[in-house]
Amino acid sequence: MTGLWASIEALASDPNLRWIALGCMLLGLSSGMIGCFAYLRRQSLMGDTIAHTALPGICVAFLLTGVKSLPVFMLGAVVAGIAGTLAIRLITSRSRIKADAAMGIVLSSFFGIGIVLLTMIQHSGDGSQSGLDKFLFGQAASMVGSDVRLMAGVCLLLAAVCTLLFKEFKLLSFDPAFAKGAGFPTGLLDFMMQALVVVAVVAGIQAVGVVLVAALLITPAVSARFWTERLGRMILLSGLFGAVSGLLGAWISSQVSQLPTGPVSVLAAAAIFLLSVAFGSRKGLVVVALTRRGMRRSLEPAASASKAKEAG
Amino acid sequence: MNAYEEAAADRDIQDAGKPKRIVLEVAGLSTAYRNRSVLREVTFAVPEGELVAIVGPNGAGKSTLIKSILGLTPTLGGEAKAFGETIDAARKRIGYVPQRESVDWDFPTHALDVVMMGRYGRLGWFRRPGRKERAVALECLRGVGMEAFAERQISELSGGQQQRVFLARALAQDADLYFMDEPFAGVDAATEKAIVELLRKLRADGKTVIVVHHDLATVPEYFDSVLLLNVTVQAFGPTAKAFTEENLHRTYGGRIGFAGAGAAAAASGRQDDPAPRQDAVHTFQGGGRL
Repeated sequence: MTGLWASIEALASDPNLRWIALGCMLLGLSSGMIGCFAYLRRQSLMGDTIAHTALPGICVAFLLTGVKSLPVFMLGAVVAGIAGTLAIRLITSRSRIKADAAMGIVLSSFFGIGIVLLTMIQHSGDGSQSGLDKFLFGQAASMVGSDVRLMAGVCLLLAAVCTLLFKEFKLLSFDPAFAKGAGFPTGLLDFMMQALVVVAVVAGIQAVGVVLVAALLITPAVSARFWTERLGRMILLSGLFGAVSGLLGAWISSQVSQLPTGPVSVLAAAAIFLLSVAFGSRKGLVVVALTRRGMRRSLEPAASASKAKEAG
Repeated sequence: MNAYEEAAADRDIQDAGKPKRIVLEVAGLSTAYRNRSVLREVTFAVPEGELVAIVGPNGAGKSTLIKSILGLTPTLGGEAKAFGETIDAARKRIGYVPQRESVDWDFPTHALDVVMMGRYGRLGWFRRPGRKERAVALECLRGVGMEAFAERQISELSGGQQQRVFLARALAQDADLYFMDEPFAGVDAATEKAIVELLRKLRADGKTVIVVHHDLATVPEYFDSVLLLNVTVQAFGPTAKAFTEENLHRTYGGRIGFAGAGAAAAASGRQDDPAPRQDAVHTFQGGGRL
């Protein structure tokens, strides 16, 4: 118990740790918000694909510049992420291949290139200093102040855009044909939504890692759906779940040495998901079981009455 | 002659000799899916204040025609104009009811919220719907007899109720020209009646409604004009003139037992007449054949 208290005290007193915790919270918040739209549009796996396609972008950025700098890495990741998105679009529009298969192909081939490049970099002379391997699973505690502030700023911006375009994104997610018929530029809106996913994924790459960063897009959104029937509330809840997951990930990984942030955040999100599936007020397992029992009870008098009639 | 037919006859007499304004002009519209022609050189023009049915067999391109006119699917050629302007310029005067199956009804929202989406186009960017939009949406729900379901989660509505919510959303668009993609598909009798009443009210208000329709038996009762479509326009004109046994045989390839009202009796099973019968076709029809 004293250990727990000491770690909370450490979180509160260490300014760098406070920034990291805040950054991861904002990352979870913005990912959770954007993830709602991706989930409702059945594009849950898009985030995962983009995250994996970002890895070769980071490696190429390092190979070209030779410097270890988060802004440079993020730029490389954004370019690769957008290239991956375009590749998927190209494949689905120019062939009979469906989106799921296209995502699978693009994800694995880009990630393959990324791992090959990563291995090459690590076996080269200055590779060990690059710290690129941290990008696989994330290490929030190793982030320097300016990196954390960059991540926090980008995430705040994402949350703001999501709030500003709430009405447009909602219409696009529910009924794109109607949106287009009503004169909204659905192509542009669709691109903006994809771009938000790319930026959210890239923002979280150093803290949470390419392998698991997409979990912060999907899991909070799916969990939030178990608690509400309103999109606005769903987005708020999802942002909250994401923020809690990010905070827990940053805090626990900073206290237990060598524990990467990504897996801890994802486990926290998964725990919230399990609680939501079990106890969620909308179609949670407990609620469903209780409702069924109530319905059966209400049928019983009628059933026993008709039985008595038959017997008589 | 029932009351509706009387009213229709009255209108025809009143309108006689007075050319009605054309609100929709479609010229040479063609689309394809891979190597198959879906619509070929579709040309027709709809006068103001008419209820128009688009009928034809499955795969005839009925929904595609609506979507191509609205610019929702790419076209190979041709153009559509509404109120003398391009469709894009006229968007605020056009309402659209997509097929009910085209959306996920498990979406986290309620009936009133869906109807309010009809106001989004007028609200413009960033602005959120407020009290005024809410009042309009409630009024539109009342117009389709759904005001009691305003706060109901949309997945808990029956198919007919969902259809009425879609219609209310189109009403909220406050348009002058409506496109409806199979609004009568899979609805109960109460909803069918509500939709017909709504269509007649729209017509009384001077609106024009173009409806993809499946039930041939109700075409003469519900619609002023009919467009018989099978990739090309087989016939187009006032229902009394265009909705003939011959035209239907040509449209459906003789596979149809026609027991509808109008000029025709029961189908004879005779193969379709290959010669186009222009006498049965209204004068403002562009040639549907290549």
